[in-house]
Amino acid sequence: MGDHHHGPAKGLSRWLFTTNHKDIGTMYLWFSFAMFLLGGTFAMIIRAELFQPGMQLVEPAFFNQMTTLHGLVMVFGAIMPSFVGLANWLIPMMIGAPDMALPRLNNWSFWILPPAFLLLASTLFMEGGAPAAGWTFYAPLSTTYAGPSVTIFIFCIHILGVSSIMGSINIIATVMNMRAPGMSYMKMPLFVWTWLITAFLLVAVMPVLAGAVTMMLMDVHFGTSFFSAAGGGDPVLFQHIFWFFGHPEVYIIILPAFGVVSQIIPAFSRKPLFGYDSMVYATAAIAFLSFIVWAHHMYTVGMPVAGELFFMYATMLIAVPTGVKVFNWITTMWRGALTFETPMLFCIGFLVLFTIGGFTGLMLSIAPADFQYHDSYFVVAHFHYVMVAGAVFSMTAAVYFWLPKWCGKMYNETMGKTHFWISFIAFNVTFFPQHFVGLAGMPRRIPDYSLQFADFNMMSSIGAFVYGASQLLFLYNVIATIVAGKPVSDDKVWDGAEGLEWTVATPAPYHTFEVPPKIDPAHAHF
Amino acid sequence: MFSGLELENYSMSLNTFKRLLAFAAGVLVTLPGLALAAGGEKNALNMPVGVTDVGRSIFDLHMIILWICVAIGALVFGVMFYSIIYHRKSRGVKPAQFHESTKVEIAWTVVPFLILITMAVPATSTLLDIYDFDDADMDVLVTGYQWKWKYEYLAEDGESVAFFSNLSTPQAEIYNTDGKNENYLLEVDEPLVIPVDTKVRFLVTANDVIHSWWVPELAVKKDAIPGFINETWTRANEIGTYRGQCAELCGKDHGFMPIVVEVVSKEDYAAWLGEKQEQAAKVKELMAQTFSLEELMARGKAVYERNCLACHGARGEGGVGTAIAGSPIATGELGGHLEIGINGVAGTAMQAFGGQLNDVDLAAVITYQRNAFGNNMGDLVQPIDVFNYKQG
Ligand code: HEM
Ligand SMILES: [Cu+2]
Repeated sequence: MGDHHHGPAKGLSRWLFTTNHKDIGTMYLWFSFAMFLLGGTFAMIIRAELFQPGMQLVEPAFFNQMTTLHGLVMVFGAIMPSFVGLANWLIPMMIGAPDMALPRLNNWSFWILPPAFLLLASTLFMEGGAPAAGWTFYAPLSTTYAGPSVTIFIFCIHILGVSSIMGSINIIATVMNMRAPGMSYMKMPLFVWTWLITAFLLVAVMPVLAGAVTMMLMDVHFGTSFFSAAGGGDPVLFQHIFWFFGHPEVYIIILPAFGVVSQIIPAFSRKPLFGYDSMVYATAAIAFLSFIVWAHHMYTVGMPVAGELFFMYATMLIAVPTGVKVFNWITTMWRGALTFETPMLFCIGFLVLFTIGGFTGLMLSIAPADFQYHDSYFVVAHFHYVMVAGAVFSMTAAVYFWLPKWCGKMYNETMGKTHFWISFIAFNVTFFPQHFVGLAGMPRRIPDYSLQFADFNMMSSIGAFVYGASQLLFLYNVIATIVAGKPVSDDKVWDGAEGLEWTVATPAPYHTFEVPPKIDPAHAHF
Repeated sequence: MFSGLELENYSMSLNTFKRLLAFAAGVLVTLPGLALAAGGEKNALNMPVGVTDVGRSIFDLHMIILWICVAIGALVFGVMFYSIIYHRKSRGVKPAQFHESTKVEIAWTVVPFLILITMAVPATSTLLDIYDFDDADMDVLVTGYQWKWKYEYLAEDGESVAFFSNLSTPQAEIYNTDGKNENYLLEVDEPLVIPVDTKVRFLVTANDVIHSWWVPELAVKKDAIPGFINETWTRANEIGTYRGQCAELCGKDHGFMPIVVEVVSKEDYAAWLGEKQEQAAKVKELMAQTFSLEELMARGKAVYERNCLACHGARGEGGVGTAIAGSPIATGELGGHLEIGINGVAGTAMQAFGGQLNDVDLAAVITYQRNAFGNNMGDLVQPIDVFNYKQG
């Protein structure tokens, strides 16, 4: 017994050797925020160069390294680990489990990440510079035409893959085995559901990515020609493999965000989620469809027309379950009793902007039109609406929502709302004009542009600087809360919040649910 | 309960909502506004309609789907903002507790599905149109190189015509020491010329990495993939100059390989082609001549600036490529210099120029490299030397 109730170890070893899901969740969250700032710094360099036509600050080669690292760090370093951190903190508390099923594995999943990103960042100082073939690193630009850093990059991707797979196995094992008695699948909170499905997606596609980079390694160092036509291979094969990973990957990023929003909107509407079952089914449908739409990223590679048609129809179909989600959130708000604390504001921001991103996604799915949109700034605008205003906004909402439970202190609401408004406006100033320049013909990933794009690019850059700066306000607010926030003592921090995590003490004790909670059988779902 | 949640203190003022509403209205108005602003040059907001029938159908598809999105958006955001304004706790509403309705769920699954089907029909027919490569009146082979385009007119009678098309914007404009001209970054030394009202089939490929040939007003974008030949086509209905850019990240100077297409009348095209063929015949003649050092240096300088400068620097100081000034190859034995110039260095940015430049230009540029930048080797290379080296 005595051993069971120990608190955290002291000093550095607490963090190095911890197997506690809350500690690991905290580390993931801080790490991902650090990566968010790093990737943001790269973005600031990009936007500074694009502030005006002409080359001012960096050379084209370095510019390409910046766009590449920005994408890689944001996707693999910021967004994905942040949601893993959230899963670690919340899934055990939401299903009434004492910890994750595989705590030691959990420690490893986290601790291999920082060295991987350190390695990746270190390539900036290598001869030939960091990888520069874009976050999608198409062969042969990324293989036989790449600098020496590609080898390190491949190694990093392998480590990230291992980390994600271990993390996912852990989540699957936890959800399948550790639910409190009475917590049936169809009672689980949606956040748990979306993560469970995400974890399956990860286990399915990370090995595919690992395969792609291993083939690259063979092409670069061992004389194979997987991706070189001269040796009997096929450069387009790379794209098929990459996007077979890549399209599910974008849903790996957004599904947990859907989960978060599905927890927060009912809380501040004081009304249950409109269609719990259909939300679960829609998530599963999206996950399934995400495996059969990958070539919508490749409409211009010269596929046979039958292939184009198949991928066009399948992609258009994805809009249906996505629409079901949006309609459900709105209907949940309908005739609720709404209040607008910071987490709710970020969720509403998500709802508006993610929907716009979904619309542009639908436009992009129309293959003939995509011949004009593809690889233009229109695509850049699309995926920032879904990934920043989608994933990052919902992550921000999540931090504001659960922070009081985690640290027992309330953040400064005025500062939180200020953060929201600045983010929301600056985000749109940054990315809305990118639709225009994209439609008018500005290709993505260029360090310099012709004069007719100048005004909108300057607007975009100004928006980006403000958006970037406003994240420092967020950082300040979180630190100020942890250090000196107003203490909260209610278990249920928010009056409309539902779920087992709100039944434990505030701040959440180091160990929770060592004895499984009693689940009221009358409770439809959490 | 956390007291901060008391509605009076924490729910947003109606003013804030008005702002939010104004913004959403702004967004909703901007989108259609975008439709109306069909392609003004400065600050264009929308996709150009372009000068082809396919471009027209694509533009129509784009506008239909955009309007469908605007309509759905107006509905969804309208309901949301209504709720935000009227269903606020601060107005004292009691939350309803309704949830689950199979009827509603079926409706909002089926209706969007039907909308999508109506969208898929015209999209399919446009796509089939784009994929109809038959009955082209002429063929042009387009090859992407790091970082320029090569155009070859296939199956024409007489002398075959092929040339490279390079960015012609001066470095001084790019590096801001000179003012930028109106076609900044969208200008080339030699544009592609095609006749109006003619179905031109493009065979698109690449020499090194993947590029993508994109001219918005011709509604053509096709990836140029090394080892594969893609097909696409256009039929321009209007004479004019149409500009585009490489659309697929292809390395350092991806942003600096524009495309310019001159669509001219059929007569002008015939005249242009005749002239080109004459020029090609002349180059053949030149190949048999011997040149003085001055002639070779003058020609070589121009060739260098067009083909070598991007990597080897304006003063031969190097960059992506090694330095030419004092280089052991440029100041070494001639055979080695010819070898590298003609066959390149596999797996690096140094291309095999043997297939890209004619023998006169190769002779000139190698002479230039050996005698410029303080290399002063004093030897000259004649076209015949290049020819003989190529023969082995
Ligand atoms: C209604 C749902 C969606 C549809 C129909 C859709 C469709 C598309 C299409 C067709 C493209 C390819 C555009 C091109 O390159 O020409 C694309 C690009 C992209 N989408 Fe979506 N999308 C949707 C939602 C999402 C979501 C939820 C995310 C991620 C959170 C996402 C992330 C991306 C990214 C990252 C790219 C660009 C990748 C790249 O080339 O770098 N999309 N989308
Ligand atoms: Cu996709």
